[in-house]
Amino acid sequence: MPIVRLSQAMRKLTAGDVITILADDPAFRADLEAWVRRFGHTVDSFENPEGRLQRAVVTKNS
Amino acid sequence: MTSDEIGEGTGTGLAGVDPALRREIEALIEARVEAAVEARLGAAVEATSAGQLDAQLVARVHALEGLISDARARLEAVEAKGALEQVSILVFSGDMDRLISAFIIATGAIAMGCEVSMYFTFWGLTGLKKKTVYADKSLPERMLAAMLPGGASSLGTSRMNMLGMGPALFRSLMRKHNVESLPDLIGLAREMGVKMVACQMAMGVMGIRREELIDDLEYGGVVTYLGDAIDSKVTLFI
Repeated sequence: MPIVRLSQAMRKLTAGDVITILADDPAFRADLEAWVRRFGHTVDSFENPEGRLQRAVVTKNS
Repeated sequence: MTSDEIGEGTGTGLAGVDPALRREIEALIEARVEAAVEARLGAAVEATSAGQLDAQLVARVHALEGLISDARARLEAVEAKGALEQVSILVFSGDMDRLISAFIIATGAIAMGCEVSMYFTFWGLTGLKKKTVYADKSLPERMLAAMLPGGASSLGTSRMNMLGMGPALFRSLMRKHNVESLPDLIGLAREMGVKMVACQMAMGVMGIRREELIDDLEYGGVVTYLGDAIDSKVTLFI
């Protein structure tokens, strides 16, 4: 449940902060997109979308 | 008011005066008095009508202000409810797999910024048990206590339970896929602020005591659940 962990980590950040997430959940990309759409954060990069270990960089917007 | 009346009232001083002059003086006095009376009357009329108007306006403004503040309070309440996205999950099942689903949805909903309330009834209560108590229970209650799972880590699966082999298999598969175990999920849900309510009626029926359940639960009945569910955008029965 990378999004749950990400949301917990995001609470400690302030707007403009950047966070990197490593996840092995196959649904991570779809979940991340739905999640950032809701909160207005930005996905700066998404590496290895088809692989087992995915890496995303997200900037906090609010 | 006529000149004669004034003449009579003020007459003595003018008794010996020339009649023409007297009439002139009387006319002057009359004009003066009339002007003064008119001025006073006008001012008085103005004062009363203005005063009444003022009072009416003040009353109306007060009433309107009352209505506005009332409307604003109601609007704020509606907006607060609208902004609050709540999810309520009724957990009826005591199957490990179903409970894992319920808790993954609950924690996910918190991550999505929702308020989450979970209401546990019947078999769902077994997932909240921390121990089994036999003391002060009737024979059927004790039998039930002996047959029910002892807590979240000893629940069966809804399918392929195979006398407990199924859950063991699931647990090992979940570990392999980095999925949290049910006790971990429950801990995470509580840490994230999921509201958890135990059904008191089901506890009574099944002879489950408060000391058998994990700490810091809320206790309630069907109306507690409905109170949350009515305000929720998502309601699930698991």
